Amino acid sequence: MNKDTDVTPLSRQQIAWRAAQDLKEGMYVNLGIGVPVFAALHAPADREIVFHSENGIFGVGPVADKAQEDLNLLDAGSQRVTLARGAALVDSAASFALVRGGHIDVTLLGGFQVSAGGDLANWDSLSTTKGPLVGGAMDLATGARALWVLMAHCTKDGAPRLVEQCSYPLTVQGAVDRVYTDLAVIAVTENGFLVEEVVAGLSRDELAARTGAPLAFAADCRTLNVPDL
Amino acid sequence: MIDKRVDSLEAALAGLDSGMRLMISGFGGAGFPTALVRALEASAIGDIQLISNTLRIIQDHAPGLFAPGRIRDVVCSSARSRGSETSDFEKRLLSGDLPIELVPQGTFAERLRAGGAGIPAFYTPTGVGTKLTEGKEVRNFDGRDYVMERGITADFALLRGHRADRWGNVIFEGTQANFGPAMAAAAKLTVVEVERIEEEPLVPASVHIPGILVQRIIQAPELRQ
Repeated sequence: MNKDTDVTPLSRQQIAWRAAQDLKEGMYVNLGIGVPVFAALHAPADREIVFHSENGIFGVGPVADKAQEDLNLLDAGSQRVTLARGAALVDSAASFALVRGGHIDVTLLGGFQVSAGGDLANWDSLSTTKGPLVGGAMDLATGARALWVLMAHCTKDGAPRLVEQCSYPLTVQGAVDRVYTDLAVIAVTENGFLVEEVVAGLSRDELAARTGAPLAFAADCRTLNVPDL
Repeated sequence: MIDKRVDSLEAALAGLDSGMRLMISGFGGAGFPTALVRALEASAIGDIQLISNTLRIIQDHAPGLFAPGRIRDVVCSSARSRGSETSDFEKRLLSGDLPIELVPQGTFAERLRAGGAGIPAFYTPTGVGTKLTEGKEVRNFDGRDYVMERGITADFALLRGHRADRWGNVIFEGTQANFGPAMAAAAKLTVVEVERIEEEPLVPASVHIPGILVQRIIQAPELRQ
C-alpha cells in the first residue's frame, strides 16, 4: 500500500460483511475457514440462509456458548456450534455428494491467488515446516454452483493476489465467479476481471497498479461502502 | 443369538494384525474412537496402512502411533498439526519417511463409499488440473473433464457412535457420523465404540448404520474433554 494515498482498506470483518450482502433469501451456502466464516455474522437479518458445513451440517447456527457446548456437534473448523432451526445432519459421503452434485448455491472461500481465467489457489502455501492439508477446498470449489473468493487484494509484501496465472498450486480451474477484497469487488468474466466497486479514495490506476492482470470497469462501477465493524 | 457386544478393548481389536489396512473415522473429534485408538497405541501392532481423514486427532490422543514402525503409510486429506511447530509426524512426512497420499476430502469420502458399494473406480470433477490428480486418467463427459479415482477398502474400521444394540445397529449424535457409515461398509471388520449399548433394539427407522456392516460393538465412556 502506497503511503501517499488516503485509502482505508476493508478489515476482514468488512470483507465478509460485503460478501454477505450478496447472499439471497433461501440460499444454501458453504463458508470456508478464515474470513468467509464471518459472513454468517453479517448476512442481512431478514433473509433466511442455510449454512452448510461439509462434515455434515445443513443449517449451522452460531458458535456454541459454554452452556450449549456439545462435544459431538462440530463445524468444519472443529468449532463447537449450534444448529439453526430446520437443520439436518448427514454423513460426509452424503454431504460431499451434495456438493459435487451442484446442490450448494454458493461457496465462499479464502484464497492466496485468483487468476483472470477464474483459477483459484488456496490450499498449498508451499510450507517446508508444516504437513499438507487440502481438506474439502477442492470439492467445494469445484462443486458449488458459484464460487466467491474473499481475500486481501495484495500480500503483506504488496504483491498482487489477482494475477494472470497462479504461481501457487491450484485448487480449481476456471471456477471463480466473484472476488471480494479489501479494496474492491470484482466479477470474473469470460474477458477477465470486471471491477464493480472500489474503496473511496483509490483511483482506477492505483487499483490497477495493485493488480497483476488487466482490469475492466463496469459501466456503473461504484464506491465500495461498508459499515464500521 | 446374534450378539456383537464385546466387553474388552483387547477383544474389540482381536485379529487386527501388523501390516493391515486400517480405517479410523472422526472429524474434529466427533465420531473419533478414542478408546479403541488408545488401545491400538498400547498394542504392539505395527506397519499399519492408515486411512483416516486427518492425522492431527490421532497425534493428540495416541502420539505413540507415529513412532517409527507403527504406521507404514497414510491416506488422508489433512496432515497438519496445530500451531506453527513442526510435529513429529510432520517431520516424518516432510522427510519422506512416512509416505502420504493426500486426497481431497470429498474424493476421500466417495472413495470409501465406492469401496463399500462394490464400485472399483469412479469419475469426479474434483481436482482436475491440480497436482493432486497428476498422472490419473482424465475423461471428458458432456464437455467437462473428470478424473478417475479408485474405491478404497480396508481390513478393519474403527468408529465411535452414540448408541448401539446387540445386533450392531448404530445411532450417531451431532456430527459423529462423518466418515463412519462409508468406512463401515468399506472394511471387512468394523468395530464401533459407543456411549451406551441398549438392551432393547434401536428404533429401526432411526438407525444410521445397519448391523450388517458392524461386527463388534463396545461400550466406552467419552474420553475427550
